[in-house]
Amino acid sequence: MLKRLRENKSTQGTLLALPTTLWLFFLLIIPLILTLVISFGKRSPDGDVIYTFSLNNYTRLFGYSTDCPEGQASCFNPLYVQILWRSLTLAFNTTALVIIMAYPLAYFIARAHPKRRNLFLFMVLIPLWTNFVIRVYAWMMLLRKEGAINVIIGGVANLLNIPFTPLEMLYTPGAVLVGMVYEFLPFMILPIYTSLEKIDTSLYEAAADLGANAIKTFLRVTLPLSMPGVVAGTILVFIPVMGTFIVSDILGGRQVILVGNLIQRQFLDARDPTFGSAASLILMIMTLIVTYFYTRKFGFGEEIVPA
Amino acid sequence: MNPFRRSPFVLVATVLVYTFLYAPIIGLVLYSFNASRANVTFEGFIPAFSERVVMDGSLVKSSPCGPFHWYCDLAKNDDVAEAAGNTLTIAVVATIVATVIGTMAAIALQRYDFKLKPFSQLSLYIPIVIPEIVMGIGVLTLFSQLFGWVNESFNLSGDARLSLGMATVTISHIAFMVPFVTLVVQARLQGFDKSFEEAAMDLGANEWTTFRRVTFPMILPGVMSGALLAFTLSLDDFVITFFTNGPGSTTLPIYVYGLLRRIITPQVNALSTVWILVVFTAVLLLQLIQNREQKQHS
Repeated sequence: MLKRLRENKSTQGTLLALPTTLWLFFLLIIPLILTLVISFGKRSPDGDVIYTFSLNNYTRLFGYSTDCPEGQASCFNPLYVQILWRSLTLAFNTTALVIIMAYPLAYFIARAHPKRRNLFLFMVLIPLWTNFVIRVYAWMMLLRKEGAINVIIGGVANLLNIPFTPLEMLYTPGAVLVGMVYEFLPFMILPIYTSLEKIDTSLYEAAADLGANAIKTFLRVTLPLSMPGVVAGTILVFIPVMGTFIVSDILGGRQVILVGNLIQRQFLDARDPTFGSAASLILMIMTLIVTYFYTRKFGFGEEIVPA
Repeated sequence: MNPFRRSPFVLVATVLVYTFLYAPIIGLVLYSFNASRANVTFEGFIPAFSERVVMDGSLVKSSPCGPFHWYCDLAKNDDVAEAAGNTLTIAVVATIVATVIGTMAAIALQRYDFKLKPFSQLSLYIPIVIPEIVMGIGVLTLFSQLFGWVNESFNLSGDARLSLGMATVTISHIAFMVPFVTLVVQARLQGFDKSFEEAAMDLGANEWTTFRRVTFPMILPGVMSGALLAFTLSLDDFVITFFTNGPGSTTLPIYVYGLLRRIITPQVNALSTVWILVVFTAVLLLQLIQNREQKQHS
């Protein structure tokens, strides 16, 4: 039997891939199917799941409500649609801001002397090695009314004799945006750097010989050749921002509720896993649709796997 | 045009972005020396050493450890020690399993043809394209439904009842780490020609010898960076752990999150500072080892 196994390449391949494939099947695919099944279910009074086929969770998510004033049987409740829309726009804004901030830095590192590039990259990675939760906490300390930012602005205002009342920055949508940008910035810098670094420098000389100025060279040579990095970075930033709930939880307080917070509360506080499952499937579908159209337009970035 | 030419715009933007990256961390470290227990404003360093901790309201006047008062406080915190132990145990076990099975899968996907191949390859992209929270609540649902059913059908009671804990966290961590290991090792294998292995076989080496003497040394750097990536993913993970942990399996990120919702003393800052230093030293050591190996090989 061993001899037959030795000769059968196909069986060998299957056996080698089997542990990983089974692990992913039972812990990623089965849970997704289970989430789908439960999202059609109902919540029992003690918070358990009743398996039925009902679309109630989905209609509720898109605004159908039976909890209405003045004897109406049903009405439109925009709460959950607003949460979905807020998450989507926040993810777009974060990604755009992150690209604007990451590109010049990645460009600087890629153009730096080869001996110093590793040091500059290392400096991008150090903040990433502190924990995700700790990074949110650091911003909470900075943005507080008594925090460092207000202290510094207050000090400058004092020197210039301008009256200054501390800004209320914590627990605002802006605080959540800053927190998200900070959390995911390195994930954009690295892939953009990788694709910029690959560009053959003789292309710049060629562009210059052909009479292109710096701006034209950037627009016609550098930018198009670095698009795979931007695409990979966008996927690495957009998708996690859509689902993160800690940043909004800590920097947004009760003011900024995102889909992530909605899902987390259904599973822990409100104890309605069926509604939470429906919300998380909608979240997944939203990210898949955006990723699909985005990658279809720009291609799937090779730089997505850090090596 | 000189490719090393830098425009002033790029230079200014670079300085601003680095400032943005480091300002929060500098603040975090500074506040770990805060004399104020309330930790809302920075009230200066703890000035003096003394036999016992002397407090004035919420201000620490002196302490046996002087300015390092909160670090000593941290060392005495058993919850932190337990959470650190849990975090490391989970990360080590999950990294070993994920690296072994992930590398096997990478070799299978890159060097063999089999029926399951498209499915295996496709499933690797799930953790990249699906938000972590979706996977988190998915595994939570799986474990709670499965455990509920098992506990009921076998009438388990007390300690015998299945519940969330170290095992569920570790199993879930492996699931989202494996794809990253496999993809990194696969990328490494792609860069190498199959002909090296074929040459070894032609020279009479059997498959095991070929793997041991040719394939494995070639992919080792890929396996190492895959393992390192998996390890850091596990250490840093909040979302999956949040949904799969139970009593006795609190990790450091979960512990810190719990603190943020209650009282925050500069102890949290001390913990963060120690964390940064430990990871920084570990990565620096790894870099040095890698550089040395590269020099030896060249």
